[in-house]
Amino acid sequence: MLARAADNLYWIARYMERAENMARMLDVSWRMSLLPMGDDPQRLQWEPALIVAGCDERFAARGGAINARNVIEFLALDPANPSSIHSCLRSARENARAMRTQLTTEVWETLNATWLEAHRYDWERLNQVGFRAYFDWVKERSHLFRGVSFGTMQRDTPFRFVRLGGFIERADSTARLLDVKYHVLLPTPQDIGGAVDYYQWSALLRSLSGFQAYRRIYRDVLTPRRVAEMLILRPDMPRSLVATFGETTETLVALREQFGRDYECTRLALAMYSKLRYGRIQDIFAFGLHEYLTAFVDSNVELGHSIARDFMLPG
Amino acid sequence: MPIFDEMYGTDGAVRPAYAGLADWLAAMPDGALERKRREADILFRRIGITFAVYGEGGDTERVIPFDLVPRVLAATEWATLAAGLEQRVKALNAFLRDVYGGQEILRAGRVPADLVLRNPQYQPMMSGVVPPGGVYTTIAGIDIVRVDAERFYVLEDNARTPSGVSYMLEDREAMMRLFPDLFARHRVAPVGHYPDELLQTLRSLAPEAAREDPTVVLLTPGAYNSAYFEHVFLAEQMGVELVEGQDLVVRDDHVWMREAGGARRVDVIYRRIDDAFLDPLAFRADSTLGVAGLFEVYRAGRVTLANAIGTGVADDKAVYPFVPEMVRFYLGEEPILANVPTWSCRLPGELAYVLDHLGELVVKEVHGSGGYGMLIGPSATREELAAFAERVKADPGNYIAQPTLSLSTVPTLVEAGIAPRHVDLRPFVLAGGDKIRLVPGGLTRVALRDGSLVVNSSQGGGTKDTWVLED
Repeated sequence: MLARAADNLYWIARYMERAENMARMLDVSWRMSLLPMGDDPQRLQWEPALIVAGCDERFAARGGAINARNVIEFLALDPANPSSIHSCLRSARENARAMRTQLTTEVWETLNATWLEAHRYDWERLNQVGFRAYFDWVKERSHLFRGVSFGTMQRDTPFRFVRLGGFIERADSTARLLDVKYHVLLPTPQDIGGAVDYYQWSALLRSLSGFQAYRRIYRDVLTPRRVAEMLILRPDMPRSLVATFGETTETLVALREQFGRDYECTRLALAMYSKLRYGRIQDIFAFGLHEYLTAFVDSNVELGHSIARDFMLPG
Repeated sequence: MPIFDEMYGTDGAVRPAYAGLADWLAAMPDGALERKRREADILFRRIGITFAVYGEGGDTERVIPFDLVPRVLAATEWATLAAGLEQRVKALNAFLRDVYGGQEILRAGRVPADLVLRNPQYQPMMSGVVPPGGVYTTIAGIDIVRVDAERFYVLEDNARTPSGVSYMLEDREAMMRLFPDLFARHRVAPVGHYPDELLQTLRSLAPEAAREDPTVVLLTPGAYNSAYFEHVFLAEQMGVELVEGQDLVVRDDHVWMREAGGARRVDVIYRRIDDAFLDPLAFRADSTLGVAGLFEVYRAGRVTLANAIGTGVADDKAVYPFVPEMVRFYLGEEPILANVPTWSCRLPGELAYVLDHLGELVVKEVHGSGGYGMLIGPSATREELAAFAERVKADPGNYIAQPTLSLSTVPTLVEAGIAPRHVDLRPFVLAGGDKIRLVPGGLTRVALRDGSLVVNSSQGGGTKDTWVLED
């Protein structure tokens, strides 16, 4: 398979996953914004969304107040913001169009139809449809893409690069979402462990589809340590860091076998995976959760570069 | 001269090859064809789904209209055509080998030397370059028109990167789905093996060192090219990689394809990019579509390009009048297929005739294509004729003229029902290192407007399935 095709397929999956995770992130921000807050609640509630999405500087350059409308418009609908849901869905479809031959008809049609619907959204339509309904729609289209590729693509090279892109992106966004809580301030220090704190953690869990699982696993109150443990170290949680790295390494090892070569990216991924696989939550908290997540995001970005060097930019 | 209809001749009696089709059409209940046409539209959107890829709304991309009534050729008619096509393509390849080699035909004075050597399509860099098998135009599309029961003319040769074969294949696919009963009643020669024939042809031209198991790729300018659908289609059907210039790299005197698992050597490139864009080092420096250094590898015989570089000099309209001479000169045979009589305006005597008879003639620009830059005398106004005469006088060498042929017609489904419409035919001839391959038939293009002779899709033309009946 062409290196350019591998690159395209990998990015189709990354863009779809990114659109989904942007929707999840906006969803949690929206839920949190409905909780009672202190002074200038708009800014307090919506600035974290920009920081976590890595879009705060770009937003500042664009100008405008930090409030629900401006942030949601910027992160969901703005064609000029390359990370917006709109741009991700467009990029996924553009990459797919350039690589029609590598995709099944069903996968292509899913991506094409998603874009055709997505580009009809403006602020007015978003309000008519409702934020939550829109976020759900984005998530559903991403689920559909994942299911259709799983259900129709031959299990060979193209499928492996689609999986790889999806899991690298998901690891990035789980780490970022988990870090939201670091940036969302509580009204007063006395609120730690209080009602607002509880609701913020539960909104976060819900946005990562982890609320029900938490109840089943711990049968107890929400604590930050357990939420973090679940989303970093539990291999049975499909969005946890260790689970996504399990999939990533499995795929990279399969590619290593297939091409019969050693790759730097495989080594990096296996090293990161063993740290997650054998890590302990108390050590992570001793190091500092925010610091841990920041370092993880950086390593994951480095892994992405390494994958590109090994497979997508040869010779 | 009466117009020859391929179903009804000139006397209204159904010709034998069309007997089955005529009965079938006559037995068709009212409105049934209309219903089938709607079905065909849906079918084309589905099986030819990639047609709509370009359009944002799915419908905006123009699908070339497909006509439901097939065009039928009898086995004997095709046998003559096939022999003529093979002969003509052999002569065109011999001509190209010669003009980039010893130039015997020029020295013998059978083709004017300046017409070739000063032709913008002539590539001096190709001097002394002999591609594998001595084949230059591997895939040739020869446009044929018919004027009566016996006479077929070659209207134009396409020796560079002829397109349209995907329509031939999709039209047949659609017809077999829509009217399986018709195929049960006729012995129609199949065309679906074209991609296999093309692949075999390309493999037969691989450099000697790679002849055992050559890697073939299809090189496209990319998704924004108007024929991209066909590039995707043919690559898929042949099971070869569809590559862009950025996917290929020249290293260690070979061409390599950048793959996810490393670099793979490429032996044969079926390129759908014009000469000028192939290699920025050898041709247009501003081209980003090609591969730097490709020409050097090509000249050294380490990669095959199909078609070869510089084939445009053989299908140029100024050279066209001399193709029958090429047949005689290289093959020592009389041409089986005749040219349309042609006046070259660069010759003063012929220019005078053309200017005197402008109202009866079709005048074409030598380097024009696609039906643009063309005057159809009988349907032009007096002002248009006068204006065109000035253009011809200003640059006579740029024009040729031909009589207005009364092209044959085939019954076609139009708004008002079934009516005769003018057609042409583009068979695709594959010249390999071992032999010449042809699938029976070709692409029939039909001028859908009443009385129109222009079949180009850019000018309101459609396509028909083309049947060659087996004995």
